[in-house]
Amino acid sequence: MTAHTTPAPVSPDQARIAPKPALRRFHQASWDEKLIFELGSPGERGVLVPEADPALPAPELPAALRRAEPPALPEMSQQQVLRHYLRLSQENLGADLNIDVGQGTCTMKYSPKVNDRFVRDPRIAALHPLQEEETVQGVLRIIHELEGLLKEISGMDRVSLQPGAGSAAIYTNVAMIRAYFAARGELEQRDEVITTIFSHPSNAACAKTAGFKVITLHPDADGYPDIEALKAAVGPRTAALLITNPEDTGIYNPRIEEFVRIVHEAGGLCSYDQANANGILGITRARDAGFDLCHFNLHKTFSTPHACGGPAAGACAVTADLAPYLPVPTVEFDGERYRLDDDRPESVGKMRPFYGVVPNLVRAYAWIMSLGADGLRAAAETAVLNNNYLLHKVRQIPGVEIPYAEGRPRVEQVRYSWRKLYEDTGVHSEDLGLRAADFGTHYWTSHHPYVVPEPMTLEPTESYTRADLDEYAAILAEVAREAYEEPETVRTAPHRSTVHRVRPEALDDPSTWAVSWRAYRRKILGEPS
Amino acid sequence: MTSSQAQAFEPFEPTPHPYIPNAVPAVRQAMLDAIGAASVEEFYADIPDGIRLHRPLNLPAPLRSEAELTRHMERLLGRNTTTREALSFLGAGCYQHHVPAVVDEIVDRSEFLTAYAGEPYEDHGRFQALWEYQSMMAELLDVEVVNVPVYDGFQAAGTALRMAGRVTGRRRLVIASSVGADELSRIRDYVRPDHDVTVVPVDPATGGADLAAVREALAGGEVAAVYAQAPSALGVIDAGLPDLAELAHAAGALYVVGCNPITLGVLAPPSSYGADIACGDIQPLGIHQSFGGGNAGFIATRDEERLVAEYPSRLFGLVPTEVEGEYGFGDVAYERTSFAQREEGKEWVGTAAALHGIGAGVYLALMGPQGMRDIGDTILRLTAYARARLSQVPGIEVPFGDTPHFADFTVRYTGSRSAAEIRTDLRGHGIFGGVPTGERTAAFCVTEVHTKADIDLLAATLEEIVK
Repeated sequence: MTAHTTPAPVSPDQARIAPKPALRRFHQASWDEKLIFELGSPGERGVLVPEADPALPAPELPAALRRAEPPALPEMSQQQVLRHYLRLSQENLGADLNIDVGQGTCTMKYSPKVNDRFVRDPRIAALHPLQEEETVQGVLRIIHELEGLLKEISGMDRVSLQPGAGSAAIYTNVAMIRAYFAARGELEQRDEVITTIFSHPSNAACAKTAGFKVITLHPDADGYPDIEALKAAVGPRTAALLITNPEDTGIYNPRIEEFVRIVHEAGGLCSYDQANANGILGITRARDAGFDLCHFNLHKTFSTPHACGGPAAGACAVTADLAPYLPVPTVEFDGERYRLDDDRPESVGKMRPFYGVVPNLVRAYAWIMSLGADGLRAAAETAVLNNNYLLHKVRQIPGVEIPYAEGRPRVEQVRYSWRKLYEDTGVHSEDLGLRAADFGTHYWTSHHPYVVPEPMTLEPTESYTRADLDEYAAILAEVAREAYEEPETVRTAPHRSTVHRVRPEALDDPSTWAVSWRAYRRKILGEPS
Repeated sequence: MTSSQAQAFEPFEPTPHPYIPNAVPAVRQAMLDAIGAASVEEFYADIPDGIRLHRPLNLPAPLRSEAELTRHMERLLGRNTTTREALSFLGAGCYQHHVPAVVDEIVDRSEFLTAYAGEPYEDHGRFQALWEYQSMMAELLDVEVVNVPVYDGFQAAGTALRMAGRVTGRRRLVIASSVGADELSRIRDYVRPDHDVTVVPVDPATGGADLAAVREALAGGEVAAVYAQAPSALGVIDAGLPDLAELAHAAGALYVVGCNPITLGVLAPPSSYGADIACGDIQPLGIHQSFGGGNAGFIATRDEERLVAEYPSRLFGLVPTEVEGEYGFGDVAYERTSFAQREEGKEWVGTAAALHGIGAGVYLALMGPQGMRDIGDTILRLTAYARARLSQVPGIEVPFGDTPHFADFTVRYTGSRSAAEIRTDLRGHGIFGGVPTGERTAAFCVTEVHTKADIDLLAATLEEIVK
C-alpha cells in the first residue's frame, strides 16, 4: 500500500459517466468450453443411486441381453456437470435476454415466470397419468377448462389438447380429415390437400405423410393466395384446404370466406392453421370464417416457453361434425367430476402417450386466465400496433423492401426483403442476421423456399416496449448501413459471439458428417472404432 | 388524504397488463402518432366486417394480479394427490424415477427454457448441449446417430417403422412383442397410408415373442420391418430378441427395437443383437412424470447414408468454424427435412421436445456408466423381488414365471374381486397401482425410488384386499 495522500479535488465533469451509446456494447459469453467427453476422470460420480437390499438377488439374464461393456459416458463429479451446463447456458441467448422479434412466425412472447412455478409444483410434476380420476380432479379441470377457453377463442365446438405441438396438431387435423372421408367412403376419391406456399412447411408435409397429394397455391401479384389457382385446383378430389391467415407475410387474406366457400362447395373441409393467431385474438375466429377445424400452437400464442425447440403443445378445435374423430381420450365433465372418455369408436386414436403436454397446458391456462377477454384483445391489438410501428421504422432503412400488398397494413408480422440491399452490396439477409448477433439480438431469415428474395420476418408480439422496438430497428439500420459502407464487417460477422462462422461443408457429406462424438472420433480423428 | 391527492393516483383506464407494456394509453397514442394512424382499427382493415367478432370473448373475469392467479391455481392443484403423497407403483410408459436437482437447475434456466431456433452464434449452448445429448445416447445405444428428440416414444416408433419402409420399399410391418394398446393405436394411424400392420401374439407362457408365429408372418413376404420391445409393454425381457433379428434379416426386413434407455446400463443395447433402428422414450432419463406430459422420443441408427437419409427429424453435427480450435455445430443433411423441402421432405418436422434432450443429457452425464449400471441393477432386483413377493399373496398369480422383467410387471387375481375394485381399495390405503389391463389382470411397476419395505407394504396390503 502506498502512503496516504490527500486526493486532488475531482470536478463533476471528471465524475460524470457518459450516457450509454445508441447501440449497446454486447459480447456473448465465450467460455471456450470443451465437449463433455473431454471432461471428468474415471471413477468420478455426479449422483448416486439407491442400492437395492443386497439380499435381493438379481435375476438371470440371457447372455446376449446382458450389457458386455459399460457405456462410454462421461464420468464427472456433480459440480463439474453443473458448471459445464451453466457455461453452455451462458452461451445461449434465450428470449428472456434478447429482443426476440427476429424469430418471425414463432410468436416469441413473454412467458410469465409465475406460470413456470405452477408447472414445477409436485401437484403437476409428480402426477402419474394412470392415477385414478378421483386423485387428479384438479389437473383434469385445468385441461377441461382450457378446452372451454379455446372453444370460445376459436368459436369451435370441441377441442383436444393431446397433440404434442403445432405440427402434431396439424397432423392430427389431417388425420381427422382422413377419418371423416373414410367414414363417408370418399377417401379414395378425395386424395388431395391444398395449401399455400406461405403456410408452415408442416401443412404440406403432414398432408403428404398422411397419404394425400399436395397442391400448393402461390401468391398473386398482391401477395394474397391466388384465388384463381384455388378455383383451378379444387374439385371432387379435394379433401381439404390447409391455410394460415394472416399468412407468414403478415398479410391478411380478405377473401378468406370465399376460399372456404369454394372448398366447401367442392365437398372439401377447411382447416385453419392458427400459428399466426396472436394478432387476431378476440378480433375474428376460425368458426366465423367458416372453418371446420383449426389448431393453435400453445407454445406460441398462449405464452409457454419455446424450450430450445420444445416441449411444445398443440390444440385442435373442430366443429361438431368432426368431433367424433378427436383423439382419445376426451375429458368430460358431468357437473360434479371430471373423467376421461376412451369409448369413442370413430376416434383417430392416440396421437401421443396420455393426455397432452400437460405442463404447457397449465401455462396456457394460467396465461389466458390472467388476461381474460380484454387482455387477449389487448395482446392482439398491441402485437399488431407493435408490428406496424416496427414496419414504420424498418421501412425507412435503405435497402429494405416490403413486398406485396403495397399500402396495406400488416397484422402481427411482416416478411421483409433485402433484395435491393443484396443487389447493391452483395450482402445476404443471412449475413445481416449474423451481424445482428453482435448487438445481442437474433434474426432468422424465414422458412424455405425463399419466395420473397433475401427474406427477413419480424414479429414483435405484444411483449416488447417501444424502446425495445426502437433499439431493434436501430440495430437493423446500423447493420444495413455497414452493408453499404463497410460490407466486410457484415460478411465476416459475427465478431462478438461465442464462436465464429461455422464451416458447414462437412454437414452434407456422409463421409464427414458427425452426429455424435464417436462418429467424429472415427471419421474425422481417425480413431479405431 | 385529500380528494385531489386521490385524483392524482387514479389508475389508467384500462390498467395495462404487466405482460403488455405498450398498452399504456400514452405510449399507444405516441406510437399511433408516429405511424400516422388514427387507431389500431386501421391495421385490421383487411378483415371483413362480416367475420369480425362484434363482442368481447365470453371468458371468465381475469385473475389480473399474480396473487389472485396464484390463489386460484393453488386451489386447483390442491385437488390433485401426488405420487409423493401416495406410494405409487404406476408405470406403463411414464415412470417415477428420481430427478437429480442439477437436471432441474439446468432445464429451468431461462437461457435454455426460453430459447428457440437461434443460430449457432447466439445459441451455441443449445447446439452443443443437444449434440452432446445425441452423443451420450449414442454411447448408451452403441450407435453413431441419434436425433434431436421427437415428441415421444410413440412417434419415434411410428417414424422408425416408416424409415424402415422407405429403406426396404416394402409394405408389411410385423409386431413381435406385446405393445401397449395406445402405442399400437399411434403406430397404426401413422403408418396407415403406406403400411399394413401384422400383430403376432406373444407366447402366453413366457410373455416373449412367439418365434414360430413370427416366422410364419414373415413367410408372407414384403415385410419392411419386425418391431420388438426391450422390455416389452408387459415389462418382459425377451430372450428371443436376438433370434428376431436373424428372422427379420433373413426375410430382408429391418429390425426395429423400441427400448427403455434407463435399462441400458445392464441390458445390451439393441444394436448389439442386430437392431437396425432403435427407438424409444427418454422420459425415464430425468424428466418428471407431469401427468404424462414429460415424454420425448429418440431414434438411433448406425451411421449409414441410407438410414440417415430417412430421418425426418433434426440431426446436429460437429464441424469446424473459421477459427481453429472452436467447436461449431449445424444441421446434418438439412435437405432431408420438411423445413427444407415441404412435402418432398421426409415425413414432417416441427417444434418437438428438445429441452427434454438437454435434460436427459445432464442426467446421463451425472449418472455416468456406473450410475446407469447401478440404477439398472437396483430396478432389476426390486422387480424380481416384487414379482416373487406378490406371487406369495393368496389370490394373486404372477404370469410369465421365470422370465426376467424390468420395472413393469403384470399380476392376475384369482379371487372374486375385479382388478378395478382392488385398485380402488389400494388407493384407500394410500397406494397407487394395479392399473387394470383386463377384468382380472393388473399392471404394477417399481423403480429405484422404491425399497424392499415399500414392496412388503404393497404385498401386505394386497393380502388384506385380495379375496
